[in-house]
Amino acid sequence: MDQIVANFFDLEVMARYLPDILSGFVLTIYLAVAIVLFGLALGLALAVVRAFQIRPLNWLIVFFVDLFRALPPLVIMIIFYFALPYVGVELGGFVAAWLALGFVLAAFAEEIYWAGILSVDKGQWEAARSTGLPFFRTLRSVVLPQALRLTIPPLTNRTIAITKGTALASVVAVPEILSQATAAQAFAANTSPLTMGAIAYLILFAPLVTLSRWIETRFAWRR
Amino acid sequence: MDLIVETFFNLDVLREMYPFLLDGLWMTLQLCIVIVPCGIVAGLCVAILFSFRFRPLSWLVIVYVDFFRSFPPLVLLIFIYYGLPFVGVDIPDFAAVVLALTLNTSSYYGEIFRAGIESIPRGQWEAARSTGLGFLQTMRYVIVPQAARNVAPDLTSNTLEVIKVTSLASVVAMPELLRLARVAQGLTYNPTPLIAAAAIYFVLLWPLVRLLSRMERRMIAGR
Repeated sequence: MDQIVANFFDLEVMARYLPDILSGFVLTIYLAVAIVLFGLALGLALAVVRAFQIRPLNWLIVFFVDLFRALPPLVIMIIFYFALPYVGVELGGFVAAWLALGFVLAAFAEEIYWAGILSVDKGQWEAARSTGLPFFRTLRSVVLPQALRLTIPPLTNRTIAITKGTALASVVAVPEILSQATAAQAFAANTSPLTMGAIAYLILFAPLVTLSRWIETRFAWRR
Repeated sequence: MDLIVETFFNLDVLREMYPFLLDGLWMTLQLCIVIVPCGIVAGLCVAILFSFRFRPLSWLVIVYVDFFRSFPPLVLLIFIYYGLPFVGVDIPDFAAVVLALTLNTSSYYGEIFRAGIESIPRGQWEAARSTGLGFLQTMRYVIVPQAARNVAPDLTSNTLEVIKVTSLASVVAMPELLRLARVAQGLTYNPTPLIAAAAIYFVLLWPLVRLLSRMERRMIAGR
């Protein structure tokens, strides 16, 4: 028991590395917000473009979505960070992590938005168009408001899952929570900083997970 | 253009390094073969414990599920991999990866099965119990088969995530596909192995992504 306390809850070590973990915490939040904004916006844009049903564009969108749903996010991040510099594109760790997870979120979000758009009854389209609304107005003012409500629960779950991927950014040298915690662990030869990192993630994500549980019952996707 | 082909699609490098990629692929497959069934069984146990409707037990299950859903899998993996030796628990690398990813994924599978079991009307329970089936028999022959069918898209989606998440094992030097591709990249100073690894993941997982898209669409159409 003493051994566990000394190795995982050493208060002195924790106090020493608290500032590092806090700076990692702030950076994780920045990165997460950047990913969510970019991913959800790009996903919505792609779904709207897809609604116009232009063949070649649709193929491109489906390819993009399938690609970023099939590849592990870590593989994408590592390619952005370690492979692109060979052709002179230096993104830096933060941008590589941001783009990689942003694209992944965009791919999943596009699928969800698109499913939402398809689920709106065809009669809604026909009624809106017959009152003289142009295509885009119909989409924006009639279809999307109904579709987006349905997409809230799956989108929340997916967004939380992908935001947790910010921990992967430690692999591409972004000093976020996990990378601060492992560096501190190596310096201190003690696991307490990792415990702190784990607690930091719990503080960040436990409320979100609870929120998603509430949202799921509030806006049920099926039925 | 030549620069891009020579950098990212260099056949000489590929010819030299493909044994690495094959070894890595084999390790990735081994991880999947162990983790997916472990996660499904553990998740099913979690869901069945919840369905006893014994308050304290249900609370415990929810805490377990939300706790492990709150941690990024990489954090859990690093905590277990670097933390356990500090308290004198020495387990092989493979077991550490399996333990971390199973804990993570069992919470997702558990949540999916729980939703599935709750989607079965009470009448099914009552009818099965009144014919003399015991609790576990009712679960096994009546409830779980129907529940699993109802949540088949979510189960597929989570299995896809599990396969992708095995790439995290590269961070703790497990010689799986991504790790060995990185090693090959280091040996040849050329990122072709990384692109090849991504291509392997894509070929492996693309059929699953397509299947998933169809299942999701059918579910929405059937509403």
